[in-house]
Amino acid sequence: MTKLSYAKALNRALADELARDSGVCVFGEDLGAGLSGLTPGLRDRFGAERVVDTPLSEQAFSSLALGAALAGMRPVVEFQIPSLLFLVFEQIANQAHKISLMTGGQISAPVTFVVPGSGSRAGWAGQHSDHPYSLFAHVGVKTLLPATPTDAYGLLVSAIRDPDPVVLFGPTGAMGVREDVTGELLPVPIGAARLHRAGTDVTVVAAGHLVHEALAVAEELAPEVSVEVFDPRTLYPFDFAALFASVGRTGRLVVVDDSNRMCGLAAEVITAVAEQGIPLRAAPRRVTRPDGAVLPFAIGLDRAVQPDREQLRAAVLAAVQAN
Amino acid sequence: MNETGPAALYRSMRLIRSFEEQALALVRTGEIIGGTHPYIGQEAVAVGVCAALGPDDQLTSTHRGHGHVLAKGAEPRRMLAELTGRQTGLNQGRGGSMHAADLTLGILGANGIVGAGAPIAAGAAWAALRQGSGRVVASFFGDGALNQGVLLETLNLAGLWRLPVLFVCENNGYATTLPVEAAVAGSALGRAAAFGIPAEQVDGMDAAAVHAAAARAVARARTGQGPSFLECRTYRYEGHHTMERRIRLRYRSTEEVEAWRARDPLERTAGLLAAGQRAAIDQEIAELIAEAVEFALAGPHPDPAEALKYLYADGLLPRPGHPVEVAR
Repeated sequence: MTKLSYAKALNRALADELARDSGVCVFGEDLGAGLSGLTPGLRDRFGAERVVDTPLSEQAFSSLALGAALAGMRPVVEFQIPSLLFLVFEQIANQAHKISLMTGGQISAPVTFVVPGSGSRAGWAGQHSDHPYSLFAHVGVKTLLPATPTDAYGLLVSAIRDPDPVVLFGPTGAMGVREDVTGELLPVPIGAARLHRAGTDVTVVAAGHLVHEALAVAEELAPEVSVEVFDPRTLYPFDFAALFASVGRTGRLVVVDDSNRMCGLAAEVITAVAEQGIPLRAAPRRVTRPDGAVLPFAIGLDRAVQPDREQLRAAVLAAVQAN
Repeated sequence: MNETGPAALYRSMRLIRSFEEQALALVRTGEIIGGTHPYIGQEAVAVGVCAALGPDDQLTSTHRGHGHVLAKGAEPRRMLAELTGRQTGLNQGRGGSMHAADLTLGILGANGIVGAGAPIAAGAAWAALRQGSGRVVASFFGDGALNQGVLLETLNLAGLWRLPVLFVCENNGYATTLPVEAAVAGSALGRAAAFGIPAEQVDGMDAAAVHAAAARAVARARTGQGPSFLECRTYRYEGHHTMERRIRLRYRSTEEVEAWRARDPLERTAGLLAAGQRAAIDQEIAELIAEAVEFALAGPHPDPAEALKYLYADGLLPRPGHPVEVAR
């Protein structure tokens, strides 16, 4: 049994896929040095021709990866900070995502975009602390948000093998998570949710690092409250069937979501359950960043706009005590 | 080996010109919705460059892409079917004028975003190097793209990594309505020079001159000497978009348009043909276009229930929304 960290899991997934498929290659900044933890050791092992240190040209190398994909390769692009996704929204959402449909299915674009260190990094302030997964789910780009090292490994492997563009967010809050691993690491299918903990009183939908907060709250409240922790793992496509089954069993719904409230993931989850007509014993609740939030610098302010364990506990208790 | 004599160059230009004239007519009758960005006047550039490319070479194109796509060999009738939104079109009616693509011919797509094709071309060229395929990729863009950051980033990467790309700037003098003199500090050639990329200016109304310059650039790329940059000085006789006619936009003088028309690339090349040769080609193309119109308009419209088909290569179907009910 070995302890596997989240960052090491991503690194191992990339190494395994580079070894398995000669079409896999990586573009990004400071890859050789392994600055953001995704690529340590990979350039030495696979060469600078496949693990390509790029100049600071995110827009160009994002679409360059698309061009390489159209020519039969399977590129992975790494971004060191999540806000760079705003810079390359054109290249991902408007080019890579659309090309399959616009060409009438003549070609697909198997490019994987990875952001190890998404969300607040405590003190990195406004332009380094976004967690823009809801934007990509809204557009319909396949969007993955693994919470654990084994899921990080399995989802990155699936993303690289997927024929479509995929964005994988590794939340800063999960990068330090370690897990005991026995046996082989396996691919995790895109679009399949994971129940981390079964419960009968309330379904808590949590994604990314917030899964660990939800598990902590569930532990704290047991045995008075039986909390089911539902992790979609992939936000687009979303495993609605599993969600409906869980909420159907518990009859209560709380969503914790580290994106802004307006048009965010939590809004979608609650709407989907309401539309499905699943009878709820209490009003659904959501814990999110505020509408239109930008993370301020001072640590107290940074924390104040992020969903946290206290807010989640209060929301769960309010849902359970409502009826 | 491509035919590159005057007859072949003229034939290809005649095809594009006639196709475009037909497309304009179909815009007027409403058979083509959304309009098009006419290429009339610029034919020598697409034809000259594509005559220098082999069948395995690739290209990325622009929103004014019909000429490039036809010059690379796309079937006119399937192209016209695409413009009229038919299932029989190149892209099964999903792309339209601005996204026409035929991957089997190395046409990686026209593109509705100015400058966006350049990094895609560079990526295909990067893959060509890695795969040892010897393939060359041409990237067409207009003078408007000279001010797009992503193009400059791409020139840097292509120069740095010696990618087998041919950057073709079609300088037609206007970015929509903005004259190039009011838009570009420095020069097109200066942009390339700044990144150590060999660049030359060529008369974009002369198909043979464009072809000669493109052939030199392709040879450089093919032999590992990296990218080249061509600035083709050309002109579009029509508006930026067919919508201009409707709103009667005026930003060019009649004299200016007429002066360029007097240098028409088709007339120039036709002057080199033997007696009777031009008439024979014109007749052949006229029949081809007539047949294309018939084919296009007879084609079935795509099934609305399949509006989001091909969105994902793995067949993932989005949830139905409104008003489209996606068939399951």
